[in-house]
Amino acid sequence: MSNERAAGGAAPGAASTGSAITRDEVAHLARLSRLALGEDELGHFAAQLDEIISAVARVQQVAAQDIPPTSHALPITNVFRPDEVRPSLAPEQALAEAPAAEEQRFRVPRILGEEA
Amino acid sequence: MTTTPSLVPYEEALARYEPVLGVETHIELGTASKMFCGCATTFGAPPNTQVCPVCLGLPGSLPVTNRAAIEGIIKIGLALNCRIVEWCRFARKNYFYPDMPKNYQISQYDEPLCVDGYLEVEVDGETYRVEIERVHMEEDTGKSLHVGGATGRIHGADHSLVDYNRAGIPLVEIVTKPITATGDRAPLVARAYATELRELVRALGVSDVRMEEGSMRCDINVSLMPRGAAEWGTRTETKNVNSLRSVERAVRHEIERQAGVLDAGGRIVQETRHFHEDTGTTTSGRSKEEAQDYRYFPEPDLVPMAPSREWVEELRATLPELPAARRRRVQAEWGLSDLELRDVVNAGALDLIEDTVKAGAAPGPARKWWMNELSRRATEQGVELSALPITPEQVARIQALIDEGSLNDKLARQVFEGVLAGEGGPDEVVAARGLKVVSDEGELAAIVDQVIADNAAAADKVRAGKVAAAGALVGAVMKATRGQADAARARELILERLGAS
Ligand SMILES: [Zn+2]
Repeated sequence: MSNERAAGGAAPGAASTGSAITRDEVAHLARLSRLALGEDELGHFAAQLDEIISAVARVQQVAAQDIPPTSHALPITNVFRPDEVRPSLAPEQALAEAPAAEEQRFRVPRILGEEA
Repeated sequence: MTTTPSLVPYEEALARYEPVLGVETHIELGTASKMFCGCATTFGAPPNTQVCPVCLGLPGSLPVTNRAAIEGIIKIGLALNCRIVEWCRFARKNYFYPDMPKNYQISQYDEPLCVDGYLEVEVDGETYRVEIERVHMEEDTGKSLHVGGATGRIHGADHSLVDYNRAGIPLVEIVTKPITATGDRAPLVARAYATELRELVRALGVSDVRMEEGSMRCDINVSLMPRGAAEWGTRTETKNVNSLRSVERAVRHEIERQAGVLDAGGRIVQETRHFHEDTGTTTSGRSKEEAQDYRYFPEPDLVPMAPSREWVEELRATLPELPAARRRRVQAEWGLSDLELRDVVNAGALDLIEDTVKAGAAPGPARKWWMNELSRRATEQGVELSALPITPEQVARIQALIDEGSLNDKLARQVFEGVLAGEGGPDEVVAARGLKVVSDEGELAAIVDQVIADNAAAADKVRAGKVAAAGALVGAVMKATRGQADAARARELILERLGAS
């Protein structure tokens, strides 16, 4: 059962055509992206995003019925590699840029509770 | 709601409500390298030793799809009677959680690679067809260690430590359609499905499907509706149920729990729940009800997949005999009843017996040794039958020694004992322990004569026509030879000498 998927957000490529981007939508996106935006920024970005979306939406005016939606610029499919092991990084290299490490693992702030 | 409604006993719950199930299974493929990079996939490697810029999501890295993983999932799709689509894409599933360093998981969204299949399972002699909605390709996540909490649990943890060795290992997700009309067998059907799926994938050789190591994990959806209702109830999803037994218990518990909530006039909350192995219960997984918003979009770093029909047919031609077909075949070949077959399957003895037969033993004795002598010893030692330190070839060799008359069943048991004790192969144990049926006629005849002389009273009875008394004499011969005489031949010699033959 994949009701979760069916319910999970808009389908890929579905742009909110016509209607303007609201402050609420920006707030929602900001939360999903873990960006702390102030009240003034919400309005500021709503206007900017609206302009960007509108510009992109103009492409749809050009696209006729016989032009299928495209997600990739190159008309190629099936790019595969053989199942061969290649050298990994040394753990010291992998952890070099981590803000914190412990027991050869990436140390991250507690996972639950950040939204509480 | 502050009080927890009590559980409703299973039978009672089923009398009033009808369950609808769904199972989502994740299976790690056993490829040498990861899904989108060349890192090794060895289980249990030291933390963060199998990571690279791609699976760590470092800037500038680009994924490239592992062909063997795609072949693996297509084989699974075909074995599940799915249609392999002609064109599909990967999608990004965006979420903030440190188990994916990229902040998204490469998965598939509305274009799964395999769709509309089924798997038939059997419970108590009845066949249930479980419809498969989709089989799609994704990558596994890293593993988190929660520090500072009471029991290593995520709740109350102070911080977490992440190992990305598992991040990026090819993961296949298999999603069933809603499973209905299973009645009181719902928990058994769920378990039978998981069992059959595991056997199927193991037969394909694309994963080791070890639930205890996490290479196969089940999420169980359960909802209840009042009997006769047309509309399904709200479902819960119990995550990461990690043994076949737990699959059955999780379904059963959710039925009892949900019936309690509904009986008390409550409503079921659509939520993720966690299964607890120790108590067999589930608890709510999220404190807040929150619709996930994964913002799926086509993965720009990977071009679409368009498996040609030729490739798909090539892969179909490589499929081995699948478990259901194999069971039907051996049942016919070995002449087993349904019940006998089920016992063999449940004992995990099918491979072992078949390999023993391949090594030259007849099916009857091969099954006898594995299902009786060896099953008993496995149970005593608390290990799986296949974990006993004896090979099918060795069992076949012992049977060959019986067939040629140099061992009898009693001696064979001593050979099994010796092999299991690490004394060497059957021939070595036979030699070291001096286990051989006394078949030398002269030697046996001498022993018989001695026994007759030593047991005059019994011998006289036999002479007088009481043939039954010969039993005691045969017993004495067997004792004198430490069980190594051919009892039938000894009896013949005794009767012959006492003129009673
Ligand atoms: Zn890697």
